[in-house]
Formats: sequence, C-alpha cells, structure tokens
Amino acid sequence: MKFLYAAYILTWVVHIGYLLSLGQRVKRLREEFEEKK
Amino acid sequence: MKNKTTIFAVLTLALLSWGLYQGLEVAPTESTMGDVQRIFYYHFGSAMTAFACFFANFIASLVYLARRDGKSDAVAAASAEVGVVFCTTVLIQGMLWAKPVWGIWWTWDARLTTTLVMWLIYISYLVLRRFSTSGQAPLMAAVLAVFGFVDVPLVYVSNRIFRTQHPQPVIGGGEGSGLDPSMWPPVLWNWLAFTCFALLLIALRYQLERARQRLDEQTVEGAAAR
Repeated sequence: MKFLYAAYILTWVVHIGYLLSLGQRVKRLREEFEEKK
Repeated sequence: MKNKTTIFAVLTLALLSWGLYQGLEVAPTESTMGDVQRIFYYHFGSAMTAFACFFANFIASLVYLARRDGKSDAVAAASAEVGVVFCTTVLIQGMLWAKPVWGIWWTWDARLTTTLVMWLIYISYLVLRRFSTSGQAPLMAAVLAVFGFVDVPLVYVSNRIFRTQHPQPVIGGGEGSGLDPSMWPPVLWNWLAFTCFALLLIALRYQLERARQRLDEQTVEGAAAR
C-alpha cells in the first residue's frame, strides 16, 4: 500500500508544485508590468 | 472568460476527486499484484494526457513555422510544459509500480527508455526556450519540437514492436492483453479528469505566455521610441 499512496501523493506534489510555480511567474510578470508603468 | 475558467476548474476538481475515488475504492483489487496495480489508473491517464500535450505542441509548432504568430508559439510553449509535468508523473508512477512488482525501480527496456528520451527531448525544448537569448528562440524551438515529436509515436508503439518488460498495451494489444471490463470505468474517468486538468493548465500557461509576449513587445517598442 505504501507504493500506491506514494505514487498518488507524489503525482499531486508535482502538479501542485507546478501550479505554485505558475502563480509565482504570474506574480513576477505583474511586478514587471507595474515597473513598466 | 474568468467565470468560464472558474466553472471549468470546479468541474475539473470534481472529476479529479471522482477519478481518485474510482481508482482507490471502486476499482476491483487485481488478483496477482494486489492494490499496487491501482497506480495504473493514474499512470495510464497521465501518459495519454502527456501524449496529447506533445501532439498539441507538434501541431502548434507546425502552425508557428507556417505563420510565425505569437498565439501558436504560446500554445506550443504551454502544451510542452504541461506535457513535461505529466510525463514526469508518469515516470514517477512507473518506478513506484515497478519496485514492488518487478523488484527493481528501472530497467532499460524499449518502453521505459523511449519514454525517458521523450522526457529529455521536451526538457531540452523548455531549456532552449528559457535560456536562449536569440530572437530566433521560438523558431528554433518549433523546429526542435517537430523533429522531437518523432519519439512520441515510437513510445506509443514500443511495447507492440519490441519485446518489453513493460506490460502489454491496454488498447489494441492483441490476444492476452487488455483489461477486465470492471477496470475500464476508473481508467476512463481518470483519463478524462487528467485531460481536463491539462486543458486548464495549458489555458493558464497560455495566458501567462501571451502576457509575457506583450511585455516583451512593449519593451522593444519603448527602446525603439527612445
């Protein structure tokens, strides 16, 4: 069972990590737009 | 637009929850492997989604080569990145299934090796996009994407044309392959859920890429005006 749970949990660690990285990039881009103004 | 995205995100979350329930609770326990076989429900859905993302990247790259427009370049960037995310999870799930079933984390059989090569091709595609300082980066990336896509169908057919340690194909694998009918609903629900999730991620990443392109255009126009 530990391999099954590890596979499901790690899948979501990767996806949530990617979502967080997208959020960071959106934030950085907004700051760059603000600087341009 | 924002409302539609929110509705789609809620629907996707519901589908993912339903898929998780199907994979862990509804699917029957496989007789020889036991519960660890349930990894397959995530593995198959993630793999098919990764293939679809790389196919989208291939088409968008061809369109970019024909038209040289920002939209197709943004679709190509978004689909490649999301494809790499799904391919990463496929490799992780596969290794976590292989250890208890085969007794090893990895073997260099045709399916696993071509999948790793595919992952490396698209990692190099993203590295090229990220670190190239040339204005030709989207063009070079599009060319790499078109040639790199050759490996994708090879991954798909690798366990049909080579003798592999990887299990036989689920779809169109011939005699002795395939799934028990009771296992299909969890497979299809998870496939649908991951496809919707990938579409959502591609839409978000596409918007980010388009905003980045607008910012770059403003920077160039600003420099030209000075």
